[in-house]
Amino acid sequence: MFRSRASFPLLKRLLVSPKKKKWAAFWRHPKLDNWEDNTMRKVLLATFLGSVAALAAGGASANEELNKMSQNAKDWVMPSGDYANTRYSKLNQINASNVGKLQVAWTFSTGVLRGHEGGPLIIGNMMYVHTPFPNKVYALDLSQDNKIVWKYEPKQDPNVIPVMCCDTVNRGLSYGDGKIFLHQADDKLVALDAKTGNLAWSATNGDPAKGQTGTSAPFVIKDKVLVGTSGGEFGVQCSMTAYDIKSGKQVWKAYSEGPDDQILVDPEKTTALGKPVGKDSSTKTWEGDQWKIGGGCTWGWVAYDPSLDLVYYGSGNPSTWNPKQRPGDNKWSMTIFARNPDTGMAKWVYQMTPHDEWDYDGVNEMILTDQQISGQARKLLTHFDRNGLGYTLDRASGELLVAEKYDPKVNWTSGVDMDKNSQTYGRPKVLDTASTDKAGEDHNVKGICPAALGTKDEQPAAYSPDTQLFYVPTNHVCMDYEPFKVSYTAGQPYVGATLSMYPPQGDSNMGNFIAWDGKTGKIVWSDKEQFSVWSGALATAGGVVFYGTLEGYLKAVDAKTGKELYKFKTPSGIIGNVTTYEHNGKQYVAVLSGVGGWAGIGLAAGLTDPTAGLGAVGGYAALSNYTALGGTLTVFALP
Amino acid sequence: MRIICLVFAAAAFFAVPGIALADGSGDPTAVKQSDTGEYYDKEGTPTFKVAADGAVDWYTYSGYRRYHSECHVCHGPDGMGSTYAPALKDSLKTLSYPDFLAVVAGGRKNVSTSSENVMPSFGDNPNVACYMDDLYIYLRARANDAVGRVRPAKHEDKTEAYNKAEASCMGSH
Repeated sequence: MFRSRASFPLLKRLLVSPKKKKWAAFWRHPKLDNWEDNTMRKVLLATFLGSVAALAAGGASANEELNKMSQNAKDWVMPSGDYANTRYSKLNQINASNVGKLQVAWTFSTGVLRGHEGGPLIIGNMMYVHTPFPNKVYALDLSQDNKIVWKYEPKQDPNVIPVMCCDTVNRGLSYGDGKIFLHQADDKLVALDAKTGNLAWSATNGDPAKGQTGTSAPFVIKDKVLVGTSGGEFGVQCSMTAYDIKSGKQVWKAYSEGPDDQILVDPEKTTALGKPVGKDSSTKTWEGDQWKIGGGCTWGWVAYDPSLDLVYYGSGNPSTWNPKQRPGDNKWSMTIFARNPDTGMAKWVYQMTPHDEWDYDGVNEMILTDQQISGQARKLLTHFDRNGLGYTLDRASGELLVAEKYDPKVNWTSGVDMDKNSQTYGRPKVLDTASTDKAGEDHNVKGICPAALGTKDEQPAAYSPDTQLFYVPTNHVCMDYEPFKVSYTAGQPYVGATLSMYPPQGDSNMGNFIAWDGKTGKIVWSDKEQFSVWSGALATAGGVVFYGTLEGYLKAVDAKTGKELYKFKTPSGIIGNVTTYEHNGKQYVAVLSGVGGWAGIGLAAGLTDPTAGLGAVGGYAALSNYTALGGTLTVFALP
Repeated sequence: MRIICLVFAAAAFFAVPGIALADGSGDPTAVKQSDTGEYYDKEGTPTFKVAADGAVDWYTYSGYRRYHSECHVCHGPDGMGSTYAPALKDSLKTLSYPDFLAVVAGGRKNVSTSSENVMPSFGDNPNVACYMDDLYIYLRARANDAVGRVRPAKHEDKTEAYNKAEASCMGSH
């Protein structure tokens, strides 16, 4: 058995030797895979591949490798740049005084038309670019004039396309253990050899025929790859699942709702706002077995704190959108989870929107920062929820510190009860005027802000330790919402509400790009945007913050003031996330353009104007007048 | 199951499109009404009716609601289309009623090097299948600009016969 790290090089040679393939084939033999009693496998593991265990035990895990790699500002090794999800880069060659001179250095067409979310990974001289369905992956060699070294294109049943609620988006790749991980639309997780693009393994995470699909970026922690599920509009009982990085074998699966052993909570040790959650904390908040089609999908971003050894993510809306049909708090939909990455066991949970009445998914990114609150050093978690509230919690304990509106127009709640002694501590006070549950089925509730797409959707915010501010791309849209009865059919939409969306009364801008102080819960500055800002932000040590717009502009603004310093119109609307890297001593900024996603649905034709007379077309310009489909990576540099 | 059979029978029966006068199914003028509140044109095809005060028939209103629950996530608000699915407001200018039913029940695939458009079959989804006529009538009204990009402010009452039919259709699943 290989017990020490010293034996690792030997194993590495063994694995890359020509014998490796045969070995792998034997290892992946279906008969072995399906073997209920995997004693044989265990023997094999211990005898020949003991290094897997040795790797984890010895500490040379993908976790440490990745953590170290993410400190290298020249690379961009994980979807959000680092485990803390800050989307901050220490690179400062491009700064507030010279960003105005930025130019396009090179471009790359992805050959795919639909909405391009996420952004590329950069590791050394290699760049990995992904696309929406059919989920192509390109490996480009930056040292060879961006030549395509390999390309991967999975064969997927096109029937998965209409099961994806809001376009066929994919939020990107992850790297670890010499592999590139892709979460395909058909909810398969695949591991590709980063050097060759060869398929190392593939794991089936869910069944598209039941409405389970993949849109999220996988996330590598230690010797595991975590993936979530999409399907909140199809009545999927969603989960976060961890796979072994070497074999693709499932290690744990934690559902968002269901019995305690399915949601991986300990009734005594798992806490909500400091108190044990108790037995059956989820099932008792649903009528009958509605939790089985309860949604709570996990298609957002994952964060990890290596020192606390906790992984953080949020769950989405409960299914259906008709709140009358699912009485109760519907736990743990709309919840921030802190889990142990090895076992999946939850340390703490916090449900932001109990009994959702508006489709305010809680999947947006958790950004981990270390800041001082009231003179005290705190390990914080900041989250900009779809429901329009910016939350700051203590990420070790799950204590709620701040919950404030990050768009002043948010009107469904008067705020969160922050009194620890109150019966309703931590709950938002829902205003009757915005309650679609109170109004009931077949009643249209008007003027609810934000709209179902939230004050912010999946487009991730950035945090700069230099300014201690968060930079948040937001939607500035309100809605009418009318729930009605629907019946569930597996693999078919399970929505149950009609809605129409429009800008808040008196405003014509449908988006804002804001700077937010997470310690106090206050907007520091706010830039208006004509359309929702649906692009992930990037903050840099150069004092510049980047984001994209739906018309297709890449914009650079001053981190301190929000003043626009540069803009360039890319070939299509931007719903991708901005990335930066350094190659041959030069800093580059890269972004995928390619309009689509939910933004492409609601805004393509222009929103309706509620104040317009009968028969009048909305007075707001349609996005289709500004941009058309097409995926392109545009890379910028100084001359 | 009953629904699917009906739909395909209808599609086969009326496979030859009529002469297009105003839209894919001809002149949309309503000439008669059933006890469920559904209007028909002179060919017997379901159609909309908008009164002088803007009040729409129940089916148009119901179709508006069902459309914005089941269809709009792909086809955009008010039948206006999205970045990847056609504007049904325009499609119904040429698509006949039987063809509409066939596509909704059976789905449609348009996958090539330049497009990846797939519509699922809704034949066994009661939230759609039980409201085929409602959806058709609403979209027919949109295609003829009889209803604008707004939620119909007034509508005829839901009839008892409609309630019964709805309950039996939704309940059969």
